[in-house]
Amino acid sequence: MSVRFLAGAVAVALLSGCAALDPPAKKAAPVKFDRDPFASTYQRYPGHPTVIRNVTIFDGEGGEIRGGAILLADGLIQAIGANADAPPGAMEIDGTGKYVTPGIIDVHSHLGNYPSPAVPAHSDGNEATSPARPEAWAEHGVWPQDPGFSRALTNGGVTTMQILPGSANLFGGRGVTLKNVPARTVQGMKFPGAPYGLKMACGENPKRVYGPRNTMPQTRMGNIASVRQTWAKAAAYKRKWDRYERDGGDMPERDIAMDTLRGVLAGEIIVHNHCYRADEMAIMIDVAREFGYRIGTFHHAVESYKIADLLAANGICSAMWADWYGFKMEAYDAIKENIPFVDRAGACAIVHSDDPNGIQRLNQEAAKALADGRRAGHAVTDASAWRWLSFNPARSLGIADRTGSLRPGKMADVVLWNMNPFSTYARPEKVWIDGALLYDMHNPRLRPVSDFELGQPGEGDVK
Amino acid sequence: MAIKRLCSWIPAFAGMTMMLVAPAAAQTIAIVGGTVALGDGSEPIRNGTVIIRGGRIVDAGYQIGVPANATIVDARGKWVSPGLVAGFSRLGLSEIDLSGGIRDDRAQNGPFSAAIDVAPGINPHYTTIAINRADGITRAIVAPNTARNIFAGQGAMIDLGADLDPITRARLFQFVELGESGGETAGGSRPSAHVLFRNALREAAELQRFATPIAGGGQRREDPVRDRPIIRNPNESREYGPDARRSDDVLLTRFDAAALVPVLQGRQHLLVRVENARDILNVIDIKREYPSLRIVLVGVTEGWMVADRIAAARIPVIASAVNDLPASFEMIAATQSNVGRMRAAGVQVAIGMVDDDDTRNLFNQRQYAGNLVALANVPGATGVSWGEALAMITSRPAEVVGMGGEIGSLASGRRADVVIWSDDPLQVTSNAEMVFIDGVQQPLDTRQTRLRDRYRDLSRDVLPEAYRR
Repeated sequence: MSVRFLAGAVAVALLSGCAALDPPAKKAAPVKFDRDPFASTYQRYPGHPTVIRNVTIFDGEGGEIRGGAILLADGLIQAIGANADAPPGAMEIDGTGKYVTPGIIDVHSHLGNYPSPAVPAHSDGNEATSPARPEAWAEHGVWPQDPGFSRALTNGGVTTMQILPGSANLFGGRGVTLKNVPARTVQGMKFPGAPYGLKMACGENPKRVYGPRNTMPQTRMGNIASVRQTWAKAAAYKRKWDRYERDGGDMPERDIAMDTLRGVLAGEIIVHNHCYRADEMAIMIDVAREFGYRIGTFHHAVESYKIADLLAANGICSAMWADWYGFKMEAYDAIKENIPFVDRAGACAIVHSDDPNGIQRLNQEAAKALADGRRAGHAVTDASAWRWLSFNPARSLGIADRTGSLRPGKMADVVLWNMNPFSTYARPEKVWIDGALLYDMHNPRLRPVSDFELGQPGEGDVK
Repeated sequence: MAIKRLCSWIPAFAGMTMMLVAPAAAQTIAIVGGTVALGDGSEPIRNGTVIIRGGRIVDAGYQIGVPANATIVDARGKWVSPGLVAGFSRLGLSEIDLSGGIRDDRAQNGPFSAAIDVAPGINPHYTTIAINRADGITRAIVAPNTARNIFAGQGAMIDLGADLDPITRARLFQFVELGESGGETAGGSRPSAHVLFRNALREAAELQRFATPIAGGGQRREDPVRDRPIIRNPNESREYGPDARRSDDVLLTRFDAAALVPVLQGRQHLLVRVENARDILNVIDIKREYPSLRIVLVGVTEGWMVADRIAAARIPVIASAVNDLPASFEMIAATQSNVGRMRAAGVQVAIGMVDDDDTRNLFNQRQYAGNLVALANVPGATGVSWGEALAMITSRPAEVVGMGGEIGSLASGRRADVVIWSDDPLQVTSNAEMVFIDGVQQPLDTRQTRLRDRYRDLSRDVLPEAYRR
């Protein structure tokens, strides 16, 4: 502190000295560094204009159309309603007895950074070398050949997901939003223009990882102390860089970790905070207020039902499991009505997986929550419950203007289910991403096989 | 006549959550009007009846006569099934899995392996028991986890009743890992695990051979009675030992070797965890080498590749239901069609939660079973029929460990473990509305339902939430 103060005083003295002799030296104009150095190279694949008729549609925002129609063309949803005019040559699909929904969006996946096979060489999700690693970016640990992506597509109807760093750290790093389209590079999967996420964690995990090493944090006190100290540093960094980018002069030294936190403080990066307990979520809400950032979503949020009113008032989403409980102390108070109770309070409820198997059955997890909610008196419709799987996740990721619901002009990320997707007997029949048909239950050639599985037993099998 | 009594019950049972008034074990109970699934692989019977008396199933099916003195439970619009049996679990051995204090599923620093018996570790007061009971699970196969030896110890069949007597059958089986995990435990390789396995059986055999008392001067006294297999049932293995001579060349403690004698004699099941096709064939070879072993395969992700050979060896399987990821190099060919293909090849298959939230999420078994039914509509996939899917979580787990005559179905004489469901139990949207274990109706409230009720209304009251009970 005193050193910094001294240095500042010297600089002021020098400047004022110069001013007396010469006209002030012109400051260098600010140079804005590239905010998107690993830019998306994703390009949608060609699709055939397609109309699905006589189908039940959950539009993702709570609307339902029975015996409706939807037209996909040029990568976009062109029309949706009781009927739809199809251009000549469009593929016609009779959806009698079937259901159309927006593709499922999982806001919490580790596909690619904890891929299959789960060998030590593939453990790329936790940079557990310091509790604050906002400089780590999940995308740099994503292996595009993870066979799990294809399972999420073909069995789960998942079209978009956020890959997050793990929760060993208080600041795990940046998450990345991907289109579930196989690619040679992670850039080839990146959702164009999606904002970045910052993974934060409270509670047991950081203190369990660092406590035994006798480094901070060892306690929940240490968790919050470290978080606040890091935000204080980030605020100073932001002031310095904001001034430079406004006024120019000598470019300050860049700190890749602080760049991420500055992005959060500037409202460009969305906070995804792993937090189980109600009391800890309330503390994190106050930390966010103290430092002037917003929490987008609490992840795992098993106690959101205890503070659903607070979460609604603060506009914070909760990403939740239907029935995971008790695997650690902070998950002890899980209840099966968590998701519907959050929804009932008018807060943003999301079904998430955090699991390469669970991501294949998110529709069933939502079905459990829906049924438990109804039994507890929350009269939510099937169509309304689909918000937990697509629209609310899209809001959480900052992409709801482009996907997550079936509105004309939005990306044609669409699943045709062979029956009501809240039935345990339902399976995705066809999946389109940006209007390209990337899975068809009836066409073995439309079944992605990752490089890893090529030439192995079971290659190209139904999975 | 039954119908008349039935009608009088309708108003009283509108809620379906109440308890029967008289002590259930002593009553004759007739569950009438529901869609009844027997759990034996058959398809559900509409408007079926289940009669319970003295803690056992008297009869179940269509057009079953209702005894005059029976207490009638109106199950119209409901489904009735046997209680679900968790095919492979660590239920009751852990309240909190991570950083939550002791777990009784493994003794990482203990000296024993095969001799370990999970029974004293089962705590019926753990919330996992009530939570799974409330979802229709009435029995569970509980296995220990391996620690420092490929043999984990002896597992039990338990019930999930709300009482302090959870053990249905202690020391029902021995559990051994012979796949990747076994290889790692054995010092780092599968071949090492196989040598350890054979050596363990050698030590058990030797213990058996030298079991008769040693006469003065080291002379072995002949005793035709004692020369018979010394351990006739698994219970004896725990007491046995002080007079048995052993060679110096041993790796196992006396207790561990003694515990393997019933395995060697085929008096106790041997559950063998393997996943890949080659490891499965290795176990089939072991069975050929030691025909007396009563082997059950556990895991078996790549079973479909060698399904004919598993069937020919007549080895039953407790399989993970929907593993479809190459999660390790022993699961490269994983597919959700595994169970269906094995079944189609004639393998006896039960579903288990093998290393899959096995201490607590056993309720997912019925979801998995439903997913196997769904596969029937996927071209190229192999599913199972609804009846078979239910059997895989009721009668099959019981049968593979030799308890099919006792539990797992609604056949006459079975223990009266019965669940009344709001709807099709293989749909995740259904829930258990009444659960009977040994004919005793069980409470279905849990710590979770209490928390739900406490926080149902978040508006501020005259006292804090802690006063709401």
